[in-house]
Amino acid sequence: MTDSLRGRVAIVGAADTEVGKVPHMTPMQLCADAILRALADAGLTKDDVDGLVTCNSMAEPYMYHAEATAEYLQIFPRFCIGVGAGGGTTFSILHHAASAIVSGMCNTVVVAMADSLRTGMTRERAMVTQSSSGHTQFESPYGPTVPALYALIARAHMDTYGTRPEQFASVAVTCRKHAALNETAQMREPITVEDVLNSRLIADPLRLLDCSLVSDGGAAIVLTSAERARDFPHPPVYMLGFGEGYGHEHISQAHSLTESAAGIAGARACEMAGVTPREMDFAQLYDCFTPVVLLELEDLGFCAKGEGGGFAASGAIELGGALPINTHGGLLSHCHPGNPGSMFALTESVSQLRGKAGARQVSGAELGLLHAQGGILSSHTTLILGSEATL
Amino acid sequence: MSYKLGKHLPPVNGESAPYWEGCKQGELRLQQCASCSHIQFYPRLLCTRCSGRGLSWIAASGEGRVKSFTIVRRAVSEAYEPDVPYVIALIELTEGPTMMSNVVGCDPETVEMNMPVRVKFEPWTEEISMPLFEPA
Repeated sequence: MTDSLRGRVAIVGAADTEVGKVPHMTPMQLCADAILRALADAGLTKDDVDGLVTCNSMAEPYMYHAEATAEYLQIFPRFCIGVGAGGGTTFSILHHAASAIVSGMCNTVVVAMADSLRTGMTRERAMVTQSSSGHTQFESPYGPTVPALYALIARAHMDTYGTRPEQFASVAVTCRKHAALNETAQMREPITVEDVLNSRLIADPLRLLDCSLVSDGGAAIVLTSAERARDFPHPPVYMLGFGEGYGHEHISQAHSLTESAAGIAGARACEMAGVTPREMDFAQLYDCFTPVVLLELEDLGFCAKGEGGGFAASGAIELGGALPINTHGGLLSHCHPGNPGSMFALTESVSQLRGKAGARQVSGAELGLLHAQGGILSSHTTLILGSEATL
Repeated sequence: MSYKLGKHLPPVNGESAPYWEGCKQGELRLQQCASCSHIQFYPRLLCTRCSGRGLSWIAASGEGRVKSFTIVRRAVSEAYEPDVPYVIALIELTEGPTMMSNVVGCDPETVEMNMPVRVKFEPWTEEISMPLFEPA
C-alpha cells in the first residue's frame, strides 16, 4: 500500500502573488489572486475547479475559510476544506488532496493559502496571535514568544552537540544569497555571518537575522491525476512520496528537544517514493528559525545526527553545493506570511522541476524533497516531487 | 508581588482545578497512576503510560533542573515588557515530568543548563498563584 499514491497525482499549475508588503490587497484578495494566477498557469478557469483547500487567515479569519473562498469566487466544489494549518499542514493536506483525486472524489484540486501578517495586523497582534501556539494554561502565562519557544531547541542542540551560533547563521546567509537571485524575494541585500551575529538578540541564542520574516502574500497550486496531467501547458510535476510524523504539540511535552518527528516523516516519504535522501537534487526545508534547518538536515538523513551545523556551514546547502536548500530564499529571506509559508517552497520546487527557475536554477533538477513543520517542531510532513524522468 | 495586569492568566477548568488549588496553597501537584505508578504533567483523564483512569494527585518535591532555557529580550506583549529580560525555561522535575516556567530570583545571565532549581509561587490574582522557579 505504501506505493499507492506514487506518481498518481501531479501539479499542473503553480503561482505566487506579490509578496512582502502588500497593503493594497486584503488576505481574501491575495487568496483569490493566487488561485486565478495558478489556474491561468494551468490553462484552466475557475469553473474547472471541483476541489478547494485553503488555510485560515490570521488577519482576516473566517469561521469556514474554504467555503468563504468558494463563495467569494463563486465556485461550487465537491471537496472543500479549510485546514487548521501550521506550516506542516500545507504538505499534509496535499497527501489528502491527492487521495481525494485518486479515490475519484474530484478531478481538479486547487490548494491556496494567503495572509497579511505584515500590513494586515499590528505588530503586537501578530505576535500575540502567533504565540497562542503555547499551551494556554501551562505555557502562555509565562510569556514565551515564538522565537523563545524555538530558542529552547537551539540551546539544547548547542548543549548536546556543541553547535555554534555561527553555524545557525550560515543558514540565514545561504537563504539570503539565494533570495538575491530571486527578484520577487522580500529581502535581497546580501548578509554575512558577522551581520547575523551582530544583529540584536531576540531570545538567546536567536538573533534578529536567525528569525524568519513577517510578510503578506499567498500562493496556489493546481493538482490533477497523472492521466490528465500531460494535457496541460507545462510539464507535470509528480508527487512521488508523502510522509507525516507527529511528536507533540507543545514544546514542554516534547520527548526530545534535539530529535524530531521529521525523521519519521522523511523515512515514510522516501519509502513511498522509492528513493533515498542522497539522490535529491535540492531540498526546501522549513526555516522559520535557523536552528530548525540543522535539525531537519539531520533528522531527514542528509547528514549524521549532531552534524547539521558543520554540514550547513560547509557550503553544501548553497546553490552549486551537494544539496542546495531553499533556492527561493525561504521563510528567512523570500517571505513568511505565517501559515501559507510552505506554499512558496512548493511553487519554487515546481519552477525548479520545470527548469524555469532562472538564475537560481539547479542544473538538471529532477528530484526534490520538501519538508515542513508546524507548531514548535511538532507536526511534520515530507513531500517528494519529481519530473517525468523520475516516474 | 501584586496583581499582574494584562498578563495571560491560565483559564482554569475542571481537569486542572486541583493543580491550581495546589499552587494557591504553595504545593506543586502532579498526577500519579494507581495502576502503574506513572507520574505525569499536565493533568489528563488517562495515564499516558497504561491508559488507566485511576489518577490521584501527589505533592511534588518542587525540585528540578533546567533542561533548556532562553532569555527573552523582546516581550510577547506590553504586559510582559517590565519583566524583560526574562527567562523561559523547561524544568525537568525530580519526579520525571517536564514543565515550562520562568526562572526568577537571579540575574538571567547566570542561568545555565542543568542548573538545580526549586519552585516558588507568585500570587497573580486571588485565584491564581503561578509556579515559578529559582536557583536551589
